[in-house]
Amino acid sequence: MSREAQVNLAVVVALVLLPLAAHLMGESYWVTLATRAAVLALAGVGLNIALGQGGLVSLGHAVFFGIGGYSMGILAYHAQTYTPLIESFGLPGTNLMPVIWLVAAISAALAALLIGALSLRTTGVYFIMITLAFGQMFYFFALSWPTYGGEDGLSIYVRNRFPGVNTLAPIQFYGIVIAVLLLALLLSHRLARSPFGLALAAARQVPARVAAVGLDPQRLKLVAFVLSAAVTGLAGALFADLNRFVSPTMFSWHTSGEIMVFVIIGGVGRLMGPVVGAMVFVLLEHLLGGISEYWQIAFGVLLLLIVLFARGGLIGLVAGREKAHG
Amino acid sequence: MMSLVLLAEQVLNGLQFGVMLFLMAAGLTLIFGVMGLINLAHGSLYMLGAFAAASVAAATGSFTLALLAALAAAAVAGVIVELLIIRRLYDRDHLDQVLATFALILIFSEGTRWAFGSFPLYLDIPPALSGPVSLPGGIDYPLYRLVLIGAGLLIALGLDLMITRTRIGIRIRAGENDREMTAALGIDISRLYTLIFALGAALAGLAGALVGAIQSVQVGMGEPVLILAFVVIVIGGIGSIRGALLGALLVGLTDTLGGVFLPEALKLVTDPASAKAVGASLASMAIYILMGAILIWRPTGLFGGRA
Repeated sequence: MSREAQVNLAVVVALVLLPLAAHLMGESYWVTLATRAAVLALAGVGLNIALGQGGLVSLGHAVFFGIGGYSMGILAYHAQTYTPLIESFGLPGTNLMPVIWLVAAISAALAALLIGALSLRTTGVYFIMITLAFGQMFYFFALSWPTYGGEDGLSIYVRNRFPGVNTLAPIQFYGIVIAVLLLALLLSHRLARSPFGLALAAARQVPARVAAVGLDPQRLKLVAFVLSAAVTGLAGALFADLNRFVSPTMFSWHTSGEIMVFVIIGGVGRLMGPVVGAMVFVLLEHLLGGISEYWQIAFGVLLLLIVLFARGGLIGLVAGREKAHG
Repeated sequence: MMSLVLLAEQVLNGLQFGVMLFLMAAGLTLIFGVMGLINLAHGSLYMLGAFAAASVAAATGSFTLALLAALAAAAVAGVIVELLIIRRLYDRDHLDQVLATFALILIFSEGTRWAFGSFPLYLDIPPALSGPVSLPGGIDYPLYRLVLIGAGLLIALGLDLMITRTRIGIRIRAGENDREMTAALGIDISRLYTLIFALGAALAGLAGALVGAIQSVQVGMGEPVLILAFVVIVIGGIGSIRGALLGALLVGLTDTLGGVFLPEALKLVTDPASAKAVGASLASMAIYILMGAILIWRPTGLFGGRA
């Protein structure tokens, strides 16, 4: 087993056992903290498909996170007020998690198809600036659209239902989140080794050669972008359910930056990178945030040091540099 | 006639917003064009300029000193940041640049909040420039905003002359085209880079101070402006000062006119309440739709040659 595989296994074991231990010791606050880390990790796993596998530096993933959040907010709002979602069809809202997840992932994927088709006309720094700008567009739209709370956001009073699970018990909700996260990690792992994933990696490294064997690099990247958005959208729905609240902040560009930070702290293109990154972020937020309200100064310095001096992220520090692929 | 006056006022507002965006975008586009660096922390320098101006104005009561302080503070901060951090990033990929400058934003924003608190500061318009002025056609328009338009256009002209006519401009253009060749001709490239970064920082700081007198000075004020400046650069084309000016004016006018006239236009087809709501939402998206349209038409921007 390689060093990285050992690290990955240790992370999975910690994900399952530590919150369980916290639950048994009656520390439900730590369970909630772990849930937050797992949801943010899921958003990072989504981004890592575009960033790590596709080489797409998207600074607009808050769009998909926010769309996921608002999918949950809007569906649950109509369910809790017993109003139809679309007046003329009499289509009701819902508080059933699997339905909400499906809507969240599909809505985020559709938005990504549109944004990706436009943004992928460009590369490099243009791509970064354009994804950032589209993110800001959704942010301002959510701020100024009064139907679903506008600036104030939207509160959902009861956490949504999942058949056979009491979602209000922190440890049971954590169980749902961790199951989704592990599934997404499995998907991401399989994707990287699938024919599509190999073609995508090639399109990231040498687009011209991919084109020469008859594949369209732009199309591969667009598919990766859409898949990536669907996973981040799902994370947005879970994040909203965790807080029972959605607001335009989910769309803000700081959210995009933070999701990217999780991926980088852990290690770009590493399977468990986003998980380690999100765990460290939530832990620092909790520990440093308890010491000073200005903890982000220290966090900024730490991030600078990692970018300047630890280029493989934390997993890179522990597991060594990634093997060069041919 | 009334609506014509309104139109003229809004066009002036749009121009004023546009030239201030230009001051931000010019620095960003130079830094990207010459050094290939994407600098998210440019908005922090804007904020820094505004805070320096507000503090010095509060201490001395002089607007001129406040502007000088903004220029100096932003330029000095630019030099320090360039020497310590930014110069390590020129050879890195864009991802590292994004993250490192994102980290700088966290440090600058929280540092400013720590030093000045969360409450906004205020910077007064100097008495000599306050009050309205009557323009031909019966338009009363704030003198200060007119001065901003004039100052912004003058700086644009100065920058263009500097780039096209002076020795330093020749060096900047040479550095943009071929870094190794320029260095081989005996020009100190790293000093040139520090200089350009400081120039961009000073322009951002000046913009922050000038705008600080018509808005409140607060933490995070630079970030919306930064993202709009990116939109300006995408529209104008990276590395082009003229593109930045055209893009800035387009974005300024679209944003201001869209905000006023879209709700009005929608009133013609729907009831006033929903026209106001839908119009405001559409107006907030107008500049991004403009950006999307220009991207479809010219993916490298109006003045951009290469991707």
